Amino acid sequence: MECCFDPQWPADELLMKYQYISDFFIALAYFSIPLELIYFVKKSAVFPYRWVLVQFGAFIVLCGATHLINLWTFTTHTRTVAIVMTTAKVFTAAVSCATALMLVHIIPDLLSVKTRELFLKNKAAELDREMGLIRTQEETGRHVRMLTHEIRSTLDRHTILKTTLVELGRTLALEECALWMPTRTGLELQLSYSLRQQNPVGYTVPIHLPVINQVFGTSRAVKISPNSPVARLRPLAGKYMPGEVVAVRVPLLHLSNFRINDWPELSTKRYALMVLMLPSDSARQWHVHELELVEVVADQVAVALSHAAILEESMRARDLLMEQNVALDLARREAETAIRARNDFLAVMNHEMRTPMHAIIALSSLLQETELTPEQRLMVETIMKSSSLLATLINDVLDLSRLEDGSLQLDIGTLNLRSVFNEVMCLIKPVASVKKLNIVLNLAEDFPEYAVGDEKRLMQIILNVVGNGVKFSKEGSISITASVAKAELLRDTRTPEFFPVPGDNNFYLRVQVKDTGSGISPQDIPKLFTKFAQNQSPALKNSGGSGLGLAICKRFVNLMDGHIWIESEGLGKGCTATFIVKLGIPEKMGDTKFPLIGQSAAKRVQTSFPGLKVLLVDDNSVSRAVTKGLLLHLGCEVTTVSSREECLRVVSEDHRLVIMDMCVSGVDSYDIAVQVQDRFTKRYERPLIVALTGNTDKLTKENCMRVGMDGVIVKPVSIDKMRTVLSDLLEHRVLF
Amino acid sequence: MDALQLRKQLIEYTAELFSEGFLDEQFTQLQQLQDETNPNFVVEVVSLFFQDSERLLNELAKSLSQQEIDFKKIDAYVHQLKGSSSSVGAHRVQRSCISFRDFCNAKNIEGCLECLQKVKQEYSLIKDKLETFFDLEQRLSATGGSPPLP
Repeated sequence: MECCFDPQWPADELLMKYQYISDFFIALAYFSIPLELIYFVKKSAVFPYRWVLVQFGAFIVLCGATHLINLWTFTTHTRTVAIVMTTAKVFTAAVSCATALMLVHIIPDLLSVKTRELFLKNKAAELDREMGLIRTQEETGRHVRMLTHEIRSTLDRHTILKTTLVELGRTLALEECALWMPTRTGLELQLSYSLRQQNPVGYTVPIHLPVINQVFGTSRAVKISPNSPVARLRPLAGKYMPGEVVAVRVPLLHLSNFRINDWPELSTKRYALMVLMLPSDSARQWHVHELELVEVVADQVAVALSHAAILEESMRARDLLMEQNVALDLARREAETAIRARNDFLAVMNHEMRTPMHAIIALSSLLQETELTPEQRLMVETIMKSSSLLATLINDVLDLSRLEDGSLQLDIGTLNLRSVFNEVMCLIKPVASVKKLNIVLNLAEDFPEYAVGDEKRLMQIILNVVGNGVKFSKEGSISITASVAKAELLRDTRTPEFFPVPGDNNFYLRVQVKDTGSGISPQDIPKLFTKFAQNQSPALKNSGGSGLGLAICKRFVNLMDGHIWIESEGLGKGCTATFIVKLGIPEKMGDTKFPLIGQSAAKRVQTSFPGLKVLLVDDNSVSRAVTKGLLLHLGCEVTTVSSREECLRVVSEDHRLVIMDMCVSGVDSYDIAVQVQDRFTKRYERPLIVALTGNTDKLTKENCMRVGMDGVIVKPVSIDKMRTVLSDLLEHRVLF
Repeated sequence: MDALQLRKQLIEYTAELFSEGFLDEQFTQLQQLQDETNPNFVVEVVSLFFQDSERLLNELAKSLSQQEIDFKKIDAYVHQLKGSSSSVGAHRVQRSCISFRDFCNAKNIEGCLECLQKVKQEYSLIKDKLETFFDLEQRLSATGGSPPLP
């Protein structure tokens, strides 16, 4: 028998129909879900739980199968269907339990993935935020660098401050930016620079307001109230909410306070105040990085200002120096002009004074040779004496001025010391004997006979000192002691500024002149060596003398590296004048090439030179005629040539002397001298060559010596001079 | 005029020439060189001086009127003139030559022209004076009077 299971209620066909439909759709859905899953999983690359899907798919498929098979159970169905149904259900149950168990594991994992995703999203957002912050800071840094660059690119104080405000305003998008500087008194702050107002004037604020103290007390930027006096720069329009205001101090550094890494904290420092206002009604706030920017800028401004101050000072110093330079230059030029004027004056006056003097002396001597009555002769003699005195005075004045210029040079040559002293004695003895004074000369045993120095000036010094002794003594004796100064005696404590240094080539000559005359009071002694200072003692007022003598002596003594001083015990007790001068030690006498032709030496001077053949070279016909006449007068045989070439042609060993006039006519006269010398092989055969020149300077003399000439004669030449020259030449074969 | 008066006049005139600076001691030297062996020494030298100076002054005038002035040449002429004048003792001429040389060194044309005029002036003055001097001397020796010693 077929078991047919009848359904319970055959009448509810509607219900069964709905069930039927629902089961069908459920099955459909259950079959389509895994398809969808597979489709989408295939699409996605990442899905870790594939086998879960498989499981789930199997579960769903079986569920769908079950519901599908359920469709057949609504009507009478066979046992096979029932078995299939049961199998399907059993399988479904198994898979679903397995899936349920699996899901227990899986769902927490899936959830955690979700949380991780959330976490990462948060992190990304945070990083974004930080990135934004860093970027802002970098922007700020860039702004600061740019600002600093702008500020530091100029050294002008106003530009610095103006630029600061402008750049700050731009960078931070400020409404207003102002700088308050302390006034001179330091008691007020004055609005010096402002962004919006071109020429701020008149705003001052006392410096000791609490808000200002607060800002000055810290190096950070401080938020202040928009109502404080420093911030109230514009009239507030009522409805606007003023923006936040920040103020920062700007240290005004003094140069001496400036240290690189160490801002000194002194309470007496001066500050300026920088006030920055955000735009009103913008609801912007001051950010930390903006405040830092402001602080950095304030420091930079301080630095820039101090640089500007340094520059200003150095420019001022430079201007001052330049002014002083100009003034000094002017003073120097004026001094030079004055000196030149004085020299010109002296030169001219000297010549102007000398010319008439010479005329007077010449004509008086001429007059003396004529027939005169005794009274006339006396008058003429007086004229001669006075004019010689005057001539000496003129010479003294000229000498002194040249000494002071430093243009006087000593005429160094070999001199005979003994004869110098002897000559002095000769000159002074007559005067002394008239006054009945006794003169004694003591020369030490080791007194050298020869020395090297300026003979003329040395004699002048000795004469002056001895002459003073004689002049100021009415009776008694004068003693002159001369010796070589010993080293120990040279170090005299009374003359600390005198440091004699005896060396191998020189010695110090010490001369002491003691007189028993009127003496000098101690307070007058320092004045003795000053120019024109006369001894005011009435007894001596008429002794004459210009007062220049000792001053000149002192200068000469100084030129000779020496020292001169006068001691006296008082009026009426006589006085002692001492001087020490440095003289050179002459070489062995045989080698001296250039003995000085002393005018004091009593040499035999030939009066005439018969037969002396002289060759005269001179291209000026007049002077040639004159010199020829001069030589003829002295008895020479003169041949004259007017050019150098002729000279070379004519010169022969007959001529003992060639006199060459050194004109500046192009050809080098020195050259001709050399050529003449070359002509003659043996030295004793060649004539002596002497130059005749108007130049008195040493250079000409040196040049002549250098080319081997035997002498130099300075024009104008008098008969006596030529006589002496010829004499010396023939005797010594040399004239220098 | 007799010898004594002429002599006095000559002495006075000589003194005047010296005191006014026309002559200096070099002229005295020349006079001393004149002796029996050389009786007209002074006149000869002075005539030589006149000839030379006139030549030089002409050369100077010519050189200074050129387009391209050769200052070196002018300097050489002036130097020669200076030498001549100092050899005879023509003091003023010598002095004006010195300042002429300064202008020459400074290449100052106007200065040079001015100096040339001055030199010419001084030269003609001394020429006159010396001619008068020689004339007096000649008249003195003509009357048999002895010339004053220089």
